[in-house]
Amino acid sequence: MVLDFSSNADYIWALLPEILLAIWAMGVLLAGVFTEDNDSDAPGDATTLGWLSLLGLLVVAAANGWVYGAVEGDGSPMIAMDGFRFFANWLLLAGAALTILLSFPYLTRQRLQIGEFYALVLLATLGMMFMASARNLILLFLAIETMSVAAYVLTAFNRRDRKASEAGLKYFLLGAFSSAFLLYGIALVYGGTGTVNLQEIGEAVARGGAFSPLVLGGMALLAIGFAFKVAAVPFHMWTPDVYEGAPTPATAFMSAAVKAASFIAFVRVFMEAFPALHDTWYPVVWWLAALTMIIPNLIALTQTNVKRMLAYSSVAHGGYLLVALAAANHMAMGALLFYLLIYSIMNIGALAVVMVVANHDEEALDLEDYAGFGWKQPVLATAFTVFLLSLAGFPGTAGFMAKIFILQGAVESQLWTLAIILALVTVLSYYYYLRVAWYMWMRPGSSEERHVRVWAPIPMRAGIVGVAALLIFLGIFPGGLLDGALDAVQGLAAGVPAAELVSGLPDSP
Amino acid sequence: MTGLLDAVGYDAWILHALIWLPLVGMAVVLFSPEDRAKHVAFGWTAGLFVLSLGLWWAFDPGGELFQLRSMVPWIEAWGVNYALGIDGISLFMILLTTFTLPLAILGAYRYIRERERSFYALVLLLQTGIVGVFTSMDLFLFYIFFELTLVPMYFIVGVWGGERRIYAAVKFFLFTALGSLLMLVGILYLFWQAAAVNGFPSFHYLDLLGTPLSLTEQVWLFAAFALAFAIKVPIFPVHTWLPDAHVEAPTPGSVILAAVLLKMGTYGFYRFVLPFFPEASMHPTVVLVMVSLGVAGIVYAALVAAVQPDAKKLVAYTSVAHMGFVIIGVFALTVNGLQGGLMVMISHGISTGALFLLLGMLYERRHTRLIEDFGGIARVAPLLATALVITAMASIGVPGTSGFVGEFLALLGLFERFPVLAFIAALGVIFAAFYMLPMVQKILFNDLDKEENRTMADLSGREIAVLSPLVLLMVVLGVVPGPVLERMEPGVQAIIERVEGGQALPGLDAALPDEPFGGVEPAAIPPSGADAELGRTTHHLQDFDLDQVVWFTGDRN
Repeated sequence: MVLDFSSNADYIWALLPEILLAIWAMGVLLAGVFTEDNDSDAPGDATTLGWLSLLGLLVVAAANGWVYGAVEGDGSPMIAMDGFRFFANWLLLAGAALTILLSFPYLTRQRLQIGEFYALVLLATLGMMFMASARNLILLFLAIETMSVAAYVLTAFNRRDRKASEAGLKYFLLGAFSSAFLLYGIALVYGGTGTVNLQEIGEAVARGGAFSPLVLGGMALLAIGFAFKVAAVPFHMWTPDVYEGAPTPATAFMSAAVKAASFIAFVRVFMEAFPALHDTWYPVVWWLAALTMIIPNLIALTQTNVKRMLAYSSVAHGGYLLVALAAANHMAMGALLFYLLIYSIMNIGALAVVMVVANHDEEALDLEDYAGFGWKQPVLATAFTVFLLSLAGFPGTAGFMAKIFILQGAVESQLWTLAIILALVTVLSYYYYLRVAWYMWMRPGSSEERHVRVWAPIPMRAGIVGVAALLIFLGIFPGGLLDGALDAVQGLAAGVPAAELVSGLPDSP
Repeated sequence: MTGLLDAVGYDAWILHALIWLPLVGMAVVLFSPEDRAKHVAFGWTAGLFVLSLGLWWAFDPGGELFQLRSMVPWIEAWGVNYALGIDGISLFMILLTTFTLPLAILGAYRYIRERERSFYALVLLLQTGIVGVFTSMDLFLFYIFFELTLVPMYFIVGVWGGERRIYAAVKFFLFTALGSLLMLVGILYLFWQAAAVNGFPSFHYLDLLGTPLSLTEQVWLFAAFALAFAIKVPIFPVHTWLPDAHVEAPTPGSVILAAVLLKMGTYGFYRFVLPFFPEASMHPTVVLVMVSLGVAGIVYAALVAAVQPDAKKLVAYTSVAHMGFVIIGVFALTVNGLQGGLMVMISHGISTGALFLLLGMLYERRHTRLIEDFGGIARVAPLLATALVITAMASIGVPGTSGFVGEFLALLGLFERFPVLAFIAALGVIFAAFYMLPMVQKILFNDLDKEENRTMADLSGREIAVLSPLVLLMVVLGVVPGPVLERMEPGVQAIIERVEGGQALPGLDAALPDEPFGGVEPAAIPPSGADAELGRTTHHLQDFDLDQVVWFTGDRN
């Protein structure tokens, strides 16, 4: 299929997944008005909406697959039609679908059966999909806001919970702050190049308008804005509080899909608009990557609250992804997509088990609460162990393949220092991931009855076991997905020839 | 025998079966009734041992270096292959593994009383990892198996261990992981260097082998690899995890740890460190450092062992001392030294495994491991005493036991290079008598003054079945080590030739005209101008017959 935008129908095909998702989200929102009964204890209503939303995501994913491979016409449209977008769409949809699977039991358990939850997840996903496809800074900003506003509401969704409200407010204020950076950056870049289209900015910068202070300043502000969004150290301060306070499904959604979308937009802007300035932004990303790997891993060592520990681990994973951005070659870009997908599913899986262990008050989040969990719930605990090993990047799991993929990218660009830091902090991370495993399996529980009965309905249980099995499968047979990720980023790193990178860059700024 | 093996196509499937059948066994154990799990696990591993015995005949000592090779592309984008193969060194490591595991399981029958299914499932998972390590011909595959062994061992120590089990398990895990992750970066470096020279990505052992590296690169890579293996071995001063892990682990865990897991470290030196980085391994400073660490380990461990009140801890330290002998054997870089190191590895696996089993039996009877709680056991349990005495002798290295052959050869090898260090290391043998004999005496022969010891039962039938193969092997290997040494020699010889840079390869030129190390360039260090030549002659694995592998053939004259 060739889309040259000669007819109006081409626009519809190009945006088919997004259009479908928007319609579906509106439908779910409307259906929620008619079916739900606020604060009712009757099960069923919200669950129906949940299944409906899942079905919607499935339809959108199919549509996405159908459009994948469409050939782009000439010109510089606002919407990208490349593999990067479609691969990213899939991983965002997967994150959203797992979040919804996680939400049924949560909403029922916490008596939050409100259909809007699903509509918000779908709308946030819509924003993310536009973030993956936008080649225009204004569209990108709108997409980021669409996602962020929905995420703020999701964070504070449990309005009876003070911690969630606090987290929502904190997230909102810092999110707005970072959006201001982004917007200011966009304005300066526009001032410097006269366009908001990424490809045209790229051409203008390459022509030599590059070193204007406006462009450099704009780029710096954009970098800060994105660093906030992806929670890179030192702009990560909001993350632990927000992730800890938010309802667990929202935490899963934020730490996986929202983070992934931010990374994808970050990469697209810097790889498409500023490849010619790679020498300038590379040292910044290098330091962001190094700090984001080291500091959260050190802090996570001291956490006794498992949800907070996973929040710091999530920040640390951002550091590994920044290594891929610093390397900026074809291999590294493929690694980034691969890592984002694997990271999303393993992190959501881990948080799903955290949700099971936490009781109705969402209070049993401490390491002590995991004592004895292993032998009482062997299936869930085995799956959790797989998630933890995968998060730690242990061989035999998909997390290992993802980490190796990033290391391959880093090594191809001769980033030895970053590669060694990555290896060393991985040892640190073994400690805190394994600590959960040792509490689960090696310590007796506080009482015999503890963990004998847990709130884990069949769909969620199946989801958890399925994801764990998938992680092991991809840890042994990563080949297909790996080739898919490399195909998807064809041409993305073209602005930075690998040969030039190797010869031109020292391994420290 | 060979005819029978050929008839069933033994060569083609045996290595795959030895790796993957334990995983099948793991599933079987998990679905068997709790009280039968141990029998299923024992039967399964014993069957695997019988299967693996055929390797003795399938491996042709006069044939090519790596045998039973197979290769399937696995992750093509990175040039990763599922490639297996064994030489004389890995042959014995595999046999040691398949031999020890059923005995360790049989010895665990009374020790492991709860969660038996999970325990035996983990042991079988461990076997997959260990055999995988010893058969991988692809560095990526090797790394995965190498790390995979950590998880089951972590749980074996952490769940079924003693008082400080969690501390010991975590320490074991983190120490080993630290080393191996740095090695991973080293592997990737080697991979990229090789890919640049070869023109295609590959993690295959033979593709990485000829990679030209400058001395600086070699020293750094040597450090990365050697650290990983040194922690695993363990070499003084990174041995501190071992006494903790040994003491806290349940008896079968200690047995497997001592008999097999430590060998993965020394095996790494033979298989990777020496052949990959010959100039760094030959460098006088490096050799001196490694040998000194080995000697220090022997002496230090002996002194520490001598003052241990806990018998299990004492034996744990003897492991450090024995591994010191392996290291001096390796870095003596002579045929005797390398073969001696291998013999120490095998002998240590058997004798220390047996010591841990015996201590476990004593513990099951008395629920203590303190030496002072025993005394006069020989009078009430003569069979146990006999086994302990023979095992202790083998551990010390008394002539006529397997321990003697290895230590003697290792010291002989070292003496050819460093007479003074060899002298100090030889004192270590005396030290071994100095800590081992008092322990034996205090446990077995002093007065029978403790009331609890008077009623101690002698070995049961099961325990005799566990110990007799081990004791028998200690004596047999001590008296007729020849067949074993003969099978190891080609592998050892190839390492020496590789390390010495082709000087000792007469007759190869005729066989392989474009052999890169074929004596055309006798200097140990290929000058930088030779890099292009090296690159030219490095073949794509898929493109040429695997039998004609660079740097060695079976023909050594």
